Amino acid sequence: MLIDRIKLFESGFQSIKENIDKLLQQSDAKAVLLVDRDGNLITNAGETEKIDLEGFATLASADFAATSQLAELIGETQFRTLYHQGERDHLYFQVLTRNIIIAVIFDQRTTLGLVRVRVKHAAETLSKILEDIFGNQQQPSPEEEAGLEDISKDIEDELDRLFG
Amino acid sequence: MALINYATKEINVKIVYYGPGLGGKTTNLRWIYGKLDQSAKGKMITLATEMDRTLFFDFLPVDLGTVRGFQTRFHLYTVPGQVFYNASRRIILRGADGIIFVADSQRERREDNADSLANLKENLATFNLKLTDSPYVIQYNKRDLPNLMTVSEMEAFLNPNQVPYFEAVATQGIGVFETLKQVAKMVIRKF
Repeated sequence: MLIDRIKLFESGFQSIKENIDKLLQQSDAKAVLLVDRDGNLITNAGETEKIDLEGFATLASADFAATSQLAELIGETQFRTLYHQGERDHLYFQVLTRNIIIAVIFDQRTTLGLVRVRVKHAAETLSKILEDIFGNQQQPSPEEEAGLEDISKDIEDELDRLFG
Repeated sequence: MALINYATKEINVKIVYYGPGLGGKTTNLRWIYGKLDQSAKGKMITLATEMDRTLFFDFLPVDLGTVRGFQTRFHLYTVPGQVFYNASRRIILRGADGIIFVADSQRERREDNADSLANLKENLATFNLKLTDSPYVIQYNKRDLPNLMTVSEMEAFLNPNQVPYFEAVATQGIGVFETLKQVAKMVIRKF
């Protein structure tokens, strides 16, 4: 059996990226990230240079997973949004289709209310795009396919180099 | 679940270390973190109790660099081994592309190993998966301690499917990279 995997291609990815950029602009947030339920960062926009993005994505998905278990304990299936208030910076998360998460980092330049409204609007659009991508089993273009052909052997060589 | 992003040229793969409490899962990750060059690793995240026992998970991103233009990363996770943290184990196990079972070779941990392996199978079953579906290897850890089970004894009750296994002393790095390399290659061959 082939391992299960998420594949993103140029066309679908660009639509996602445009909507994430738009959300950043309209919400006046510091940064917006899109993370899958396994902690993979799909894309990001805004001021992310000082953030450990891999760590953030992992912990964001774990945060959601843990609170989903809490939700089950009280008879809910899932909490759709999470809010963490800091002294300067705050986090607002919303789950989209297929447990993909929008994470917004924001400060005093905007308000929770505006972020919440803008995320809700963006979530509808992004969920449709993601359903198109994952529902239609998109195939890679010939150029994209060629890029991965026989890549296993090259990755194995790199593993030998790194791990001895 | 592996992520292949053709647009940003990225491949992410998830490997999970499973096994009984105090078996050496976190020690494997710490050894890897300590030995890899700065360029090949990200920040290690540990969610542990005050007693340094894994509470939720450890996470270490290993960066293989660019292969055929694709930035290739392995995300290594450990699960908490203590019996009562099963909800955490299930969360971390979800989406694993490869699994390493770290068994404690001490004779008195025989039942703990068996219980943890049974728990792994149960948790996979909740995702409609079997152990034979995943790239999977076993590490017989703590081979430097007294009162050990022999490898053939451990093989007999922990490895009926004859998956690759490695003897290890994770505190000294023995067998650590070999184990990870084997499961990583098994995952990649399924691409």
